[in-house]
Amino acid sequence: MYRAPVNKIIRSSIVDGPGNRTAVFFQSCNFNCRYCHNPETIHMCVHCGRCTESCPAGALRMAEGKVVWDKEKCVSCDTCIKVCPNDASPKITYMSAAQIWEEIEDDLPFIRGITVSGGECTLQRDTVVELFRLAKQNGLTTLLDSNGSYDFQNDLELLEVSDGVMLDVKADCEERHRWLTGQSISTVLFNLDYLAKMNKLEEVRTVCIPGALENEKTISKVAEILSPYLKEKDIRYKLIKYRHFGVREKYQDFRQPDEEYMEHLKELALEKGFRNIVII
Amino acid sequence: MIVLNREETSVSTNEEMKQEIRKIMKDKKLTYWQRTDALARYAEDLLDYPEGTPEEFYELTESREISDLHEGHGPWSARYILPDYEKFLKEGSSFLRLDPPKDLFEALNCLLIFYHNAHALDRFPVFLGRFDVLLEDFVKKEKREDAGKMLGWFLTSIDRTMSDSFVQANIGPEASVTGELILELLPKLQNITPNLSLRYDPDITPDDFAKKALDCALRCANPAFAYDRFYKERVGEDYGIASCYNGLLIGGGAFTLTRLRLGTISEHCKDSRDFFENRLPLCVDTQLKFMDAKINSIVNDRAFFESDWMVKEGFVHPDRFVGLFGLVGLCECVNNLMAKDGKSGRMGHDPEADRLGVKILEAIEKSVNEHYCPYSYKHRFVMHSQVGADDDEGNSAGTRIAYGDEPELYEHLKNCGLYHRFFPSGVGDIFPFDETAFRNLDALLDIFKGGFKVGVKYMSTYLGSGDLIRVTGYLMKRSEVEKLKNGEAVANDSAALVLGKSPERHMNEKKVRSFDV
Repeated sequence: MYRAPVNKIIRSSIVDGPGNRTAVFFQSCNFNCRYCHNPETIHMCVHCGRCTESCPAGALRMAEGKVVWDKEKCVSCDTCIKVCPNDASPKITYMSAAQIWEEIEDDLPFIRGITVSGGECTLQRDTVVELFRLAKQNGLTTLLDSNGSYDFQNDLELLEVSDGVMLDVKADCEERHRWLTGQSISTVLFNLDYLAKMNKLEEVRTVCIPGALENEKTISKVAEILSPYLKEKDIRYKLIKYRHFGVREKYQDFRQPDEEYMEHLKELALEKGFRNIVII
Repeated sequence: MIVLNREETSVSTNEEMKQEIRKIMKDKKLTYWQRTDALARYAEDLLDYPEGTPEEFYELTESREISDLHEGHGPWSARYILPDYEKFLKEGSSFLRLDPPKDLFEALNCLLIFYHNAHALDRFPVFLGRFDVLLEDFVKKEKREDAGKMLGWFLTSIDRTMSDSFVQANIGPEASVTGELILELLPKLQNITPNLSLRYDPDITPDDFAKKALDCALRCANPAFAYDRFYKERVGEDYGIASCYNGLLIGGGAFTLTRLRLGTISEHCKDSRDFFENRLPLCVDTQLKFMDAKINSIVNDRAFFESDWMVKEGFVHPDRFVGLFGLVGLCECVNNLMAKDGKSGRMGHDPEADRLGVKILEAIEKSVNEHYCPYSYKHRFVMHSQVGADDDEGNSAGTRIAYGDEPELYEHLKNCGLYHRFFPSGVGDIFPFDETAFRNLDALLDIFKGGFKVGVKYMSTYLGSGDLIRVTGYLMKRSEVEKLKNGEAVANDSAALVLGKSPERHMNEKKVRSFDV
C-alpha cells in the first residue's frame, strides 16, 4: 500500500478555506519559491544524518542508513529543520489515505471540510483522491491548496472529488515566475482559466512583495484571465502580505509591504472586477 | 447574590449579635443596599434550619460534603423566579397599576417597573424574559435607530439598577431585529448585567445571526449558547434560562438549590466501593431530606406563595417550581476515587475514569428520580451542575474538568457531552479564545455546532485577555474585582464572589484556546 509523506496534520485550521477544517500538509514540492515560509517542506530527506547530531531531545537517530524520528521524544523545537542543509524535514510520517482518514474521523463533528496542502499536494494525487472520496462519503467539503503546476485538465477523477482549488498565482510572466519558483508559469495560467470555467476555483492567492515582484501586473494578469467569469462568479482573491517569518536567510532581504500598499493593491483588484478581496 | 464570609454558627449572646450588626453597618466595601441585604441575612440566620432538617445535614455541612449555598437558614422566597412577562405585557398589572403597553417606549418602561418590584432569593430578579419575544412587535414599529437608542438605555438601566451578575435574559432561537440590535449594543456598552443566553438551534438560528452572537461574545462575554432542543425537550417548550444557566419553567422557577461537594465526599471514602455503598447514598439521602424540609417551609411557613403580588396576579404559579439537586466537584471525586482504587486515570484523559464519572451521575440521578416531593413540579427534583462558590476548595465547578488539566478542545467538548445530559436545569462550560478567533467566525461556529453534536448542552466563549469575562456562569469585569480588592465599594454585588483563591481560579486559570494561523 502506498504511503504518502505527511509533514503534519492540523486538526483545526481557520486559514485553509472556509470554516473549521482539518489541513493535511504533504512533504515535498516541485517549486522552490524564494519567499517560501516553510522551506522545510520542499525536499524529501536524503538521510545525511546532520540533524541527528544536533537534536537536543534525542528524538532523531540513524538506523540502517536512514534518519529515524521518535515522535514521542520530539519536543518540536525545530532544531533539525534549522540545521538541515537540504530544505527538508526528518519529522515525516508515511501514511496511507486510510491512515490519514483515521486521524481525521474522530474530529468529524467539529469540521466542515478538509484541505490538502504542502509542499505540493498534487504530487500525492492518488492519496488525495482516495482521501477525498472518504471525506465526501462523510459529508465534508474538500479543497486543494496548489501551486498550479498540476495538469488538472487531464484528471477529471481528481476534480470530481474536489470542491475546489485554492490556486497560487505567484507572478505575472514566465521570466519572473521562473526567477521566483524555478518553474514555468504556463500551466498555472492555463489552470487559472480552466478551473474557473469548471467552477473549481475556490480562490486565487498572490503573495505580494513590493520591489521584488510586479504585484500590480500579476493582479492585472489574473483579472484579465478571469474576466469572462468575474461577472457571474464571486471568485475570492486573497492578497497575502509577504512576511519574513520562516523564510530562508539568503532570501531575507525582501521587503514587507505596509497596509497602505496592500490597500492600493486591493483598490486595483476592485477596479479590475473582483468583488471579494481578502488581505491577510 | 451576596455571600458573606462569616461563620454559619448560631450566635449565643446579645452582645455578639450587636457587634456583628455593627460590623456590617461599618463595612466600607458594601454599598447601602448590600449592607441592607447583609443585615437581613444575618437576622434570618438567627433562626434555626427548617423543621425536618435531618441530623446528618449538620454533620455533612460541618465536614463540607453538603452545602446549602448560603441560602440562609430560613429563606422567605423561592430561590429562582421566572415571571411570565408575556402575560404581563398582554394584560398589564393591577398591583403595579399598569395597562398593557402600546409601543416600545411603554413596553420598556413597564418591564423596568416590573423588574424593580420583582425579586428572587435576593432583591434582584434572575430572569428578565425573552427580550425578542417580548419586544419584537414593538421594535418593528419603530425606526431601527430609535429602537436601538431605547434598547440601549433599557440595557444600561438594567446594568446600573440590577447590579447583580445573576440577572439573566434570553434571545433566540429565531433571528430578530431586537436580537440583532442587542448584539450590536452589548459590545459598545460593556455591561456586566444582564447575563444573556442565545437559545440556539442550528436548524432555526441562521448562521449569520449565530456568528454575530459569537463576535459579540468575544467582545463582551455575552451571549452564551443554550442548546434549545434539549431544554425544550427536558424542561418544557416554555422554558427560560435564568441566573447562571438554569433551565426552568417560565411562570415558575426553583424553590432551592442545595449541593453535594463530590470532591470532598470522595475524601471521606476508602475507595469507590465505599463511596457507592456508604458515603454517596448517605449524602444524597440527607440532601434530599434537607431539600424536602426547606421546600416545605417555603411553601407552608412563608408568605411568598400565598401573598406575593406576582403569584396573586398569575405571573408565577406555585406548581411550576422545582427543587434543584446540585452538585460540584465531579472531577476531583473521579480522580480521588481512581487513585484510592490504585489507578492513575484522570477525568477527561482516561476512558475508565470517565466511565466512573458517568456511573456516579447515574447513581445520583437514580436516587433523585426515585424521590417524591409533593411540591416540586411533576413531584420530582431536577439535577443541577452548579458553577461553584467561594468555599469550594477541592471541588471544581459541577462536572467541569479541573482548570489546568483540560484536554485538547475537541476532546474537551466530547467530555462535556458525556456529562451535560444529566442536567436539564443547568450545566455549562466555558471556552475562552484568543484574538485568532476573530479571524474566522465560521470556524468558531463550526466548533460550537460540533459541541452540540457531541452532547454539549450549554457553552460560551469570551476573549481570554478581555476585561469583561465569564467567570463561572456569570459575568464580571476584572477591573471591578481589582477595585474591590483595593477596598473600594463597587455597585455590582457579584464582584465579591470572585474574591478568594477558588473563584480567582475561574477567572485566571481556564485554558485559553487558540487557532493555528
